[in-house]
Amino acid sequence: MEKLISILFIYILVDNFVLQRFFGICPFLGVSRKMETAMGMGMAVVFVITLSTLVTWLIHYYILVPLGLEFLQLVTFILVIAGLVQLVEIFLRKASPTLYQGLGIYLPLITTNCAVLAVALLAVRQEFTLLESVVFGIAASLGFWMALVIMSGIRERLELTKVPGPLQGTAITLITAGILSLAFMGFRGMLTF
Amino acid sequence: MQILYAVVTLGGVGAFFGLLLGLAARFFAVASDQRVEAVREALPGANCGACGYTGCNKFAEAVVEGEAPVNGCIPGGSITTEEIAAIMGQEVAAVKPMVAAVFCLGDRRRASELFIYHGVPDCAYAQQYHGGFKACADGCLGLGNCVRACPFEAISIGPNGLPKVDETKCGGCGLCVEACPRGIIRLIPKDEQGHLVSCNSHERGRKVSNACEVGCTGCKACLRVCPHEAITMEDNLAVIDLEKCDDCGLCVEKCRFNAIHPRCESEIEDGVGPEAASA
Repeated sequence: MEKLISILFIYILVDNFVLQRFFGICPFLGVSRKMETAMGMGMAVVFVITLSTLVTWLIHYYILVPLGLEFLQLVTFILVIAGLVQLVEIFLRKASPTLYQGLGIYLPLITTNCAVLAVALLAVRQEFTLLESVVFGIAASLGFWMALVIMSGIRERLELTKVPGPLQGTAITLITAGILSLAFMGFRGMLTF
Repeated sequence: MQILYAVVTLGGVGAFFGLLLGLAARFFAVASDQRVEAVREALPGANCGACGYTGCNKFAEAVVEGEAPVNGCIPGGSITTEEIAAIMGQEVAAVKPMVAAVFCLGDRRRASELFIYHGVPDCAYAQQYHGGFKACADGCLGLGNCVRACPFEAISIGPNGLPKVDETKCGGCGLCVEACPRGIIRLIPKDEQGHLVSCNSHERGRKVSNACEVGCTGCKACLRVCPHEAITMEDNLAVIDLEKCDDCGLCVEKCRFNAIHPRCESEIEDGVGPEAASA
């Protein structure tokens, strides 16, 4: 139990996937312009990462390890994640049109989000148990969601401020992301395994 | 032997997911209306929201469900409406294409300013700061909220500091009308010729002429001279109904404040103001 709680805190705050490990920078910069889209993307990511971590863990320990095929990890996980996202999309469209509308375009976009693959790979590499992997997935994606929401809040305010000419647009966004990352470095060393 | 395992495993996982997806697509198939696709194709795709829906996609769905009228797309005009009507099997009168027009000619030279504004370059902000920096409370601040609101990139701030509408690009969606905190932009029929009172001041008399060289003071001289009864007074401001105006120009001669101009764009830009008249 203690380990589960520490995993949760470590991957939300201390070892944040976006701000400390720099995974998933593309959606972090791409969809953080508005709070609304950031919420949609965050929700979709939590959903997909948790599910894919569960499935890839099962595949790794029940198919790849017994056959001695650990070197196929990367390829198999990519395949599984891509298939899973498609499956979830088809299922949601039928089962819950409201949720499908809410997640919208962000669901298929996650197929190529490297944070999803990173969580699946790291869960295996850190030799987590199934429960720990799922908690790890939830924590990492919640961290991603939080970073996205913080960033979109800042960017909505940036829109209204007077930014010096050469820094406008992407430049100020990257600077903001860097400062945000520096701020999160304050959590470093607070919790480790 | 191991390579065989590898091929079989990867192939197996791939085939499994392929099969699963295939089955899912069949069992969880959602019947989608072919017409939604067709209507969306016919729309301009600017996602401007003039129809009242969040985008062309939503509008297409609403049309097929019968919620939205087939002539709801203003930027698409009659061509789009005809296409959608054909898809839906309906006969509908065409929409009248509209364009945005800026009802203020008070640039830096003609309209006086109260103070120099150094704040956020946003009309709504400038408006809140002591009611705007222009002496005229209804004149254009020129900070470009309309430019940023336009999904067609049809509005630009001209060299005189006032927004200029490119009628060939303008879709008539009316987003700029909402974006302007002073209500200076109005939609006018695209194809009607005529004259316009390009002023937005609701003040009267000297208060207007002191603040701006080209403001409408609400004197009603044009109202009396117009043979077609095309001019009405709305809150101390003369408004010309383009559908009634036949371009005779009598009101232009009568107006002592140079507030009335032919609709033709070049003349508005060059200015029929005092300088141009005396030159």
